[in-house]
Amino acid sequence: MSTSGSEVVRHADGNGAVGEPLPDRFDNPGLPPHRSRLTDTDPAAARRATRQVVALFTLSILGTIGFVVAYALVPDGDTIASVRLSNLLLGLGLFLAMFGIGAAAIHWAKTLMSVRDVAEDRHPQRSSTKDREAAVAVLREGAEDSGIARRGVLKGAVVSALVLAPLTIAVPLIGEVGGDWRVSTLRHTLWERGKRLTRDPSGTPIKAEDVTVGSVFHVIPDGLREGENADHWIEEKAKAVVLMVRLDPADLKEADDRKDWSYEGIVAYSKICTHVGCPVALYERQTHHLLCPCHQSTFDIADGARVIFGPANRPLPQLPITVDDEGYLVAQSDFTEPIGPSYWERLK
Amino acid sequence: MSRPSNVGGAAATADYLDQRTGIGLAVKAFARKVFPDHWSFLLGEIALYSFLVLLSTGVFLTLFFVPSMGQVTYDGPFAPMQGVQMSEAFRSTMALSFEVTGGLLMRQIHHWAAVVFIAAIVTHMMRVFFTGAFRKPREVNWLVGFTLMILGIAAGFSGYSLPDDVLSGNGLRITDGVVKSIPIIGSYLSYFIFGGEFPGDAIVPRLFTVHILLVPGLILALIGLHLFFVVLHKHTHYGLPGRTERNVVGYPLFPVYVAKAGGFFFIVFGVLALMGATMTINPVWNYGPYDPSPVSAGAQPDWYMLFLEGALRLMPGQGMEWVIGGFTIPMNVLVPAVVLPGLLFTALAAYPFLEAYVTGDRREHHIADRPRNAPVRTAIGVAILTAFGVLVLAGSNDIIATHFGLSINAITDVCRLLLIVTPFLAFWVTKRACLGLQRKDRELVLHGHETGRIVRFASGEYIEVHRPLDEYERWVRVANEPRRPVELLPVEDERGVRRPGYRRDAARARLSRFFFEDRVEPVTPAELVATQSHSGHDAALALGGGDAAGAVPSGRHAAPELPSASASTTAAADAHRR
Repeated sequence: MSTSGSEVVRHADGNGAVGEPLPDRFDNPGLPPHRSRLTDTDPAAARRATRQVVALFTLSILGTIGFVVAYALVPDGDTIASVRLSNLLLGLGLFLAMFGIGAAAIHWAKTLMSVRDVAEDRHPQRSSTKDREAAVAVLREGAEDSGIARRGVLKGAVVSALVLAPLTIAVPLIGEVGGDWRVSTLRHTLWERGKRLTRDPSGTPIKAEDVTVGSVFHVIPDGLREGENADHWIEEKAKAVVLMVRLDPADLKEADDRKDWSYEGIVAYSKICTHVGCPVALYERQTHHLLCPCHQSTFDIADGARVIFGPANRPLPQLPITVDDEGYLVAQSDFTEPIGPSYWERLK
Repeated sequence: MSRPSNVGGAAATADYLDQRTGIGLAVKAFARKVFPDHWSFLLGEIALYSFLVLLSTGVFLTLFFVPSMGQVTYDGPFAPMQGVQMSEAFRSTMALSFEVTGGLLMRQIHHWAAVVFIAAIVTHMMRVFFTGAFRKPREVNWLVGFTLMILGIAAGFSGYSLPDDVLSGNGLRITDGVVKSIPIIGSYLSYFIFGGEFPGDAIVPRLFTVHILLVPGLILALIGLHLFFVVLHKHTHYGLPGRTERNVVGYPLFPVYVAKAGGFFFIVFGVLALMGATMTINPVWNYGPYDPSPVSAGAQPDWYMLFLEGALRLMPGQGMEWVIGGFTIPMNVLVPAVVLPGLLFTALAAYPFLEAYVTGDRREHHIADRPRNAPVRTAIGVAILTAFGVLVLAGSNDIIATHFGLSINAITDVCRLLLIVTPFLAFWVTKRACLGLQRKDRELVLHGHETGRIVRFASGEYIEVHRPLDEYERWVRVANEPRRPVELLPVEDERGVRRPGYRRDAARARLSRFFFEDRVEPVTPAELVATQSHSGHDAALALGGGDAAGAVPSGRHAAPELPSASASTTAAADAHRR
């Protein structure tokens, strides 16, 4: 030992000048010696491991039996509690059935199968130069034989036919997939002059005197699901929903051109967020703030639904309202701008 | 091959098959194929097995689910919903939960499996990223895996929207808003998806086809390709003793790997079943059928959508809606929901090619890096994950606000700041941590383990005895190849002519310096020898000091792996093991 030690010191002292030069990097020491497990050397341990594996498989069998028994004996019932019980028992049975098999197989592999490391050679991924040349030669020969390089017209015809053929599927697909493709529909809603504001979802009309200060009404247009709307009421509702609030007129700040859009402090705004279109549903009475629960855009209802926080950029569109002869709240017109999120041709 | 006279049933079947398929050759080639074993290689397996669970539970669900938006009135057993109008999709989801025994379990396992599937894909991708397993020849397989991740998200999102409940309906509405924000084609794209105006009556059947045919078909095909590449390239392994770039070390496919991997499938299935049994997920009966008016507060998408949700929440809106020539470009939606994920995913897909360009390395790599040995790559990965984490946090800002009684505005503002600051901080901290860990490796290799044994010399000097690393321990810490910045050739060649392509080279050299300028290189044999000669007297004295184990100084001195000293090295290593 001391001999080898002094030899090393000699290397270092001479800074590599004496003795053999040192390599730049260490050498890979090779696989460490195999360490045998208890089950390899002790037959009792191996027998014990076998019993454990059998026990785990048995656990799986019991789980499967338990599952079938639970299926037969525990009905779903009609309540959440009974459904939960059935779900729990079936799930536990399935868990044991699967987990038992998995645990048994892995325990088996880890304790009883031979786990000696085996090394396999890798080879470079690229094919040999000879093979490459042969491949190129085959391709060249084929191309030559087909004459594609020499007959230009042929090449053009093949490419054109292949490029055009998919149109037979694409044309009707694109023609039909977007319905009528009339994107201008996006800018109109069911609201029109004299259309009554009604409660969502009952559809009962609302008298102005029923709207007390601070109360919030979720509003849909009268006759939303009737007549020609019956088939596509959901698209109309998605655009027409309105949130109506009565504020103390002293709190209300209104732009000059919108003074007559409210009725005695009652204002109505589109409920569809100008950000990405969630229903803006959380109204805070004290602050007159309307919060979108999806992305927290906050609008000030007392101040033209101005954005005061969050990712929205525009105020909610206001619905001009008034009352009819019977005292019911009605719209003066449709919204004066498209509702909901912004899109390319929104202002066109 | 003539058939022996007394073959059993199995042999007869094998003979029948082989005569018609020649399968014997494949069995011979694959049965003993070697697979390396490491816990981090199981992440991809979890993804694969969750997918199998998704397929089997999914088939069960399709037999009961009705993919229609036709309206019906509820008359089932769930009392609170009696008489409510709903789509057939929602009605059949209710029936699956309350009327089909075991249906709720299948629904919950399916949903949990989807959540785990994408989580496993993402963590598997992180493993591949941080260990550099995407390097040549595996770049193509990285792209296949990347596409699988996108498809996984598409599968999750399309499935999430099928029950047609309030929560998923509002999720679709957000999607519609995002799609509409895309310049020029936005509204048309929205019509393309919904078959007209949102929500229409086509989206559920369309998503159903996407969810049960298109996406799973593509996923199956790409999983096949992904695994084919794994077999073709052979699995990477870590730089442990005996592992080289020219071999693959592990257990044979049959029987050990079959038992372990097959067993692991059942474990994954079992755990997902336990989750489905004990943890409620997507209780649609609490939300009710989709209606454009109501919305629930505190709603969260599945986790893989949270970062987009968070980005949408963090983006300030004011002044972000540009109107150019009368056309509207809503940057407040476009940037967080289209540009940001676009950049993130492009960067992810392109990273292997970027790194190959920076290193100029054209060799094949089969030894997975320890993350510390690629400090800048690791730091980039952690920085991106940190930004992702902040966005996920921001996606839950309302939950944080209500649970901790904090102001939602304050949380949002803080998250905006964190999104900008923390990735840089994370980059710096991670890079430093990696360099520190590399230094620790050097320290260990050069000086060995502290033993806690203090020895006093006759001169009165105290030293702590260090136990040197054996060659196997040491190899793990010196196996990595030092990486240095590429050297830039001068602007002008020897005749004073300006070299073409100098600018390009200079840009590459700058990038390369960014990656490799700060580095700690592994200990070389010469350094080890030099260190030992300096501290040699300590060891000698320690030996003379009495009870110091004989192995200590001899190990120290014999440790450097000189060709001439290899015999004594082995002897020293043996001495340690005893």
